[in-house]
Amino acid sequence: MSFYESLTILERIPFRELWQKYTKDDVMRALAKEKLDKEDLLALLSPAASWHLEEMAQKAQRITRSHFGYAVQLFTPMYVADYCVNHCTYCSFSAIHDFPRKKLSLEQVEAEAAAIASSGLRHILLLTGESRKDSPVGYVKDCVKVLRKYFSSISIEVNPLSTEEYQELADTGVDGLTLFQEVYHQETYRKLHVKGPKRNFRARLDAPERGCQAGFRSVNIGALLGLYDWRQEAFMTAMHARYLQDRYPGCEISLSPPRFRPYLGSFNPESDVTDRALVQIILAYRLFLPRSGITLSTREPAELRDRLVHLGVTKMSAGVSTEVGGHTSDGGTPQFEISDSRSVPEIRDMLYGSGLQPVFKDWDILAEGSVR
Amino acid sequence: MQDALHIGGKALSSRLFIGTGKYSRNTLIPEVIARSGSEVITVALRRVDPSSQKENILSHIPPQMTLLPNTSGARTAEEAVRIARLARAAGMGNWVKIEVINDQRYLLPDNLETIRATEILAAEGFVVLPYMSPDLSAALRLRDAGAAAVMPLGAPIGSNRGLRTKELIGILIEEAGLPVIVDAGIGRPSEAAEAMEMGAAAVLLNTAIATARDPLGMAEAFRGAVAAGRQAYLAGLGPVQQEAEASSPLTGFLNV
Ligand code: SF4
Repeated sequence: MSFYESLTILERIPFRELWQKYTKDDVMRALAKEKLDKEDLLALLSPAASWHLEEMAQKAQRITRSHFGYAVQLFTPMYVADYCVNHCTYCSFSAIHDFPRKKLSLEQVEAEAAAIASSGLRHILLLTGESRKDSPVGYVKDCVKVLRKYFSSISIEVNPLSTEEYQELADTGVDGLTLFQEVYHQETYRKLHVKGPKRNFRARLDAPERGCQAGFRSVNIGALLGLYDWRQEAFMTAMHARYLQDRYPGCEISLSPPRFRPYLGSFNPESDVTDRALVQIILAYRLFLPRSGITLSTREPAELRDRLVHLGVTKMSAGVSTEVGGHTSDGGTPQFEISDSRSVPEIRDMLYGSGLQPVFKDWDILAEGSVR
Repeated sequence: MQDALHIGGKALSSRLFIGTGKYSRNTLIPEVIARSGSEVITVALRRVDPSSQKENILSHIPPQMTLLPNTSGARTAEEAVRIARLARAAGMGNWVKIEVINDQRYLLPDNLETIRATEILAAEGFVVLPYMSPDLSAALRLRDAGAAAVMPLGAPIGSNRGLRTKELIGILIEEAGLPVIVDAGIGRPSEAAEAMEMGAAAVLLNTAIATARDPLGMAEAFRGAVAAGRQAYLAGLGPVQQEAEASSPLTGFLNV
């Protein structure tokens, strides 16, 4: 039994008709409850709820304050390789795009790590394109050993791995896994993932669970919003998160609501996710999963990020480059365009100015041999 | 110092322990300390970054405070032990609040793992204050393992729901044979006072102050409430009458 079985059952929900069925009363009932169920989640994602974002926001903020206080954890992604064997129609790193690929040597990783760490950040998200050949587990492990000298928390965003491989990485000092399903709607998934191992929907869907089994402290999942109907995608993401939470109570499950961004190709998303929609998604996530982390990336523009930090967000990236080696050199190809290019001090000051506390360090790697 | 709380070789005049998480800025911490009169402050080691001057939480804590590093983030006894050792190696003293939590939804403590961590750390000379679910047999085991006090929860962390576990905490106070410090759940000064009236040795809280509209005002309110509750406990609460006393004795005729 994996989330795949639940998903195949949930897919039978007649979403299109159902969204219209919900009324203000359903939304208010969900808002009055403390522990929300599937029906409440549907109500909060329905068109009816879009008229009650303020009420949702008030409650979401109260919940966030009581569980997380004013703390917002900062991190930054670090791209070490952009080789990819897949063809996803929405990504610059796709194998069909012809650009000079890069992979950092361990010396370059170290230089990049030192540059990032000098900003005060202690949490890093290590990213590669998806290629077992060019960025194999051994390479990721070597990078982690270098990063351990500079960071107190290391997460990875790489191609799906086996439980044993995840375990090896956890033993090396990786404590967090980020893995986006991209799109939960299976038919759309098949259409958008044209070539490569990523075509295997199920192998990807089960990977976060393997990460939980391997003992990662935190697992971050998400749908790339815009690839399919956002209400349904947000619903599936939240149900996936709850599934993991129910089975792996020791693991902190976080959610990311990334929106589709311009990239090298010409794909245009099917579903337009407006700012209002994004807000509704974040609020529904917070109300449905009161203690989950919610991660906000620099895909969103600065002005919007400044508002969203009050609505339930608990982690955000800062000082971001989506290019391989982007902190020490330039000339790489960004995976996608970012919107908020502010530096770490700028984000820090913005948070203080908003009455929030930037947290640069919120963990100590406890893997063997990692004690500094 | 009259009515001091003795723990780990220290005599504390304040029975209000406070936390450092959840504030909007670390610079509030010294002011909260001053207004609360607190002498013990808990710090999550996971938040401490000695290599960063500006963002280091420890630089906001005055030296006279007793640091109570906690093992927040630990999911097993082994992790808690490692974190405690790291804290001591980082110069944070030998007090430790054991937090072993394997439930990210309600953040409820795992008493079994907590007992295991307490055995190891007490044997290593730590002054161990374990955060726990209020269960008498667990409290007795913690005492036998060498805990300096027990810290039962009043309600889940951050919930501000008050003394939901009042009956059980009352039993610990009567039976556990070591100081009982109510930790987590207290949201109002009246609830802190109530815990103290019951005979709790101290209370620890963070969310109630950190997320108040005016954290400094709330720190002071808790200072007063804890002191009042303690004084009431020492003064001995009068018996509670279930029914009004009859104005004239009903058996007076027997003495005639
Ligand atoms: S989304 Fe990932 S797997 Fe797909 S092309 Fe981009 S880097 Fe490769």
